[in-house]
Amino acid sequence: MAAEHAEHALTPTSYISHHLSFMTHPIGNTPFMSVNVDSLVMSVLLGILGCGFMWLVVRGATAAVPGKRQAMVELAVEFVNEQVKSIFHGNISFIAPLALTVFVWVFLMNAMDFLPVDISAYIYEHVFGLEKWRQVPTADINTTFGLSIAVWVLMIFYSIKAKGLGGWFHELTCSPFGGHPVLWIPNFLFNLVEYISKPLSHSLRLYGNMYAGEIIFLLLGLWAATGLAGTFFGALLSTGWAIFHILIVALQAYIFMMLTIVYVAMAHESH
Amino acid sequence: MNINLTLIAQFVWFFAFVWFTSRFVWPPLMRAIDERQKKIADGLAAAEKGQMELVSAKDRVEDLINGAKRQSQDLVANAQKRADEMVEAAKSAAQTEGERQLAAARSSIEQEIQQAREELRGQVAALALVGAERILMREIDAAKHQEVLDKLSTQL
Repeated sequence: MAAEHAEHALTPTSYISHHLSFMTHPIGNTPFMSVNVDSLVMSVLLGILGCGFMWLVVRGATAAVPGKRQAMVELAVEFVNEQVKSIFHGNISFIAPLALTVFVWVFLMNAMDFLPVDISAYIYEHVFGLEKWRQVPTADINTTFGLSIAVWVLMIFYSIKAKGLGGWFHELTCSPFGGHPVLWIPNFLFNLVEYISKPLSHSLRLYGNMYAGEIIFLLLGLWAATGLAGTFFGALLSTGWAIFHILIVALQAYIFMMLTIVYVAMAHESH
Repeated sequence: MNINLTLIAQFVWFFAFVWFTSRFVWPPLMRAIDERQKKIADGLAAAEKGQMELVSAKDRVEDLINGAKRQSQDLVANAQKRADEMVEAAKSAAQTEGERQLAAARSSIEQEIQQAREELRGQVAALALVGAERILMREIDAAKHQEVLDKLSTQL
């Protein structure tokens, strides 16, 4: 399985670190001024795939008896709609599509973990000429932080929209402990922690799960170094992990969506 | 794990996809779903209405059948009665006719008897005349003795 890397000095460390290297394209001089082309291309392709598929289905949608594809999309839409309705009290005409997009997109990005790491790496290298290519965008912290910060911005937006700018400042300084001037600083610090921890936990939970999943696939791939029997044994273990990973992929997409709704709903409700 | 511009790019793409979904995917599909829900609700209401109408129609049909039954029973009873009456009338008519014919036969027999009696009377009178002639050995003038003969014949 790992034979294609034979020309490099192939050690477990080099195997894993090769698989975990991004295709980073520098734009400026600082490390920040660069782009992970692989994460970006994969996530945008998957986003277009997911949204485009739904769009194609919806374009031919009928109020009569739905076809199988329409039923599938409707199932996802109804599922998201139910969740949003039960959590968010107000106009859901933006939050519901937001949650749907998050769910579908994150699910597809997570699902890239199912592609066998070495075969797809071989294809990327020999068909597309890409030596380094990470195929799971949600195993890139930039992606998960990008999403969680977007949700964070929406959170603040909805908070201000629901309470006004003054109301938002009032909430920052006067809750949860009370409006006494002595408590303004503790209140603000408390809220600050909340505002920082929310996007952190939101993004790191997803990132950690997907990154760990990828690492386990790579570790199981190392069995191939022990010979033919080890290769088959490793493949067997990988299959088992992939089956279990179906749950994680779906669950993490679901959790990310639910947290998105919950954060925005909490911001939208006044304290 | 280093943060770079990818984060900002993903941030932007996130909003792009959300915008696309909220503009082109969600509203049309929700419209279709709502429309279907309305259709189904209408269909269910129509089915319920139809069922209620069926029940009332069944009631009506039962009423009609009962009415028809009663009517037919009445008709049969009336016909029976009428037939009985007709039989009775025919019987009595036959009886009267028989009696009349009997009476007519009787009267004609009576007449015939009377006639025969008249004839016999005449014949007896003639016989008596012949006998008397033979006894007297001479001719009797019938015209002269017509009175005697008539008296005789009435006594027969």
